[in-house]
Amino acid sequence: MSRIHDMGGRFGDGKVEVDAPDAPVFAEDWHARALAVTLACGALGQWNLDTSRHAREKLSPRDYTRFSYYEKWMAGLADLLVAKGVLTREELTKGHADGPSQLAERCLVAENVPSALSKGGPVDRPSDVAAKFAPGDRVTTRARARNTLVDGGHTRLPTYAQGATGTILRLHGAHVFPDSNAHGLGEAPEPIYAVVFDAAELFGAPERVGDEVILDLWQSYLSPA
Amino acid sequence: MPHDDHDHSVLPPDPALRVKALETILTEKGLIDPAALDAIIDTYQNKVGPQNGAAVVARAWTEPEFHAALMADATAAVSEMGFYGRQGEHLVAVENTGDVHNMVVCTLCSCYPWPLLGIPPAWYKSDAYRARAVREPRVVLSEFGVTLPDETKLRVWDSTAEVRYLVIPRRPDGTEGWSVDDLAAIISRDAMVGCGLVTVPA
Repeated sequence: MSRIHDMGGRFGDGKVEVDAPDAPVFAEDWHARALAVTLACGALGQWNLDTSRHAREKLSPRDYTRFSYYEKWMAGLADLLVAKGVLTREELTKGHADGPSQLAERCLVAENVPSALSKGGPVDRPSDVAAKFAPGDRVTTRARARNTLVDGGHTRLPTYAQGATGTILRLHGAHVFPDSNAHGLGEAPEPIYAVVFDAAELFGAPERVGDEVILDLWQSYLSPA
Repeated sequence: MPHDDHDHSVLPPDPALRVKALETILTEKGLIDPAALDAIIDTYQNKVGPQNGAAVVARAWTEPEFHAALMADATAAVSEMGFYGRQGEHLVAVENTGDVHNMVVCTLCSCYPWPLLGIPPAWYKSDAYRARAVREPRVVLSEFGVTLPDETKLRVWDSTAEVRYLVIPRRPDGTEGWSVDDLAAIISRDAMVGCGLVTVPA
């Protein structure tokens, strides 16, 4: 049911290795290149942010674990480019294009980079789904953190917070629903809330009684407690 | 196709060559402008970074009206300073006090407020931080050299959606009368993720 990326609360990862405050933004030149290639390909408009997250999550656990951060980005991107028909597997194998792409007119050119990056991609939308909850309401998350539209599909309810009861802290408005949007099933915007959980509810014995964890959760994930 | 036979597996094993191969094919197809890649890199290497967030925090410390606007609608308040864009479309500011300390993680990937803090550091993207920040945040903080008093409640924000959180650290004693620029200079990236405290340099 879960995928390898869903690691919140996992044991065994060791200490956090804190980078020096003056560490370069990109440790290697190819990290910068990988980020830029990924953003430039996103501008072609063949997928959305949820699709690209799912492409990385779909990497095999073996690849996800052994790949560094930007290797995951590259692998997810290569898989997505082939899946969407932007490139062929043969082109990836050869390392060269078979010919120009029909999408070339969508290519992000240098002069448009500032506007593309500063425009962003807001996900708030008008929605006809009424908000069921208000701040202070008690809610319980889905008993199993799973995509109910697509088996093994993308979802943003982490396993560590499945079946947990918390309290609505705030309503953020209505946002695009990733479980649908990642799979080309439409944006299906619905209310989304910050929900506060007692750490003891999520993990049993907390480090300190009263500490809290807050998650942003779509209404579909929640039912009245 | 066998389970592990993903399309990416046909690319060269060396990551630098893998990126180069993708860039070459995409450029030949007319889908990528190498100069655009340079412009994207220049943006996040030189223009957008924690200095933006520090300017926001320093202003919030010194201008009560801006502080109120930031806490009410952070997206609008920082847009007015020119900070908006990719991965910063829906911002919320959370403020540290003696009673509450806030800390931000993204357990599912590495969501981070790019227009205010730039590209996340390696530690933020690491499995260790993603896995442990929700379960044992106080131990994680100790690895950053931060110890919270027991009377301070810890709130960990897991960025599971497109809302991005900016931590407003506590203003240290001894900075009364400081200029906004002098204040901004001591506000670290880690403090704005909730993994550091702002201190006056000795």
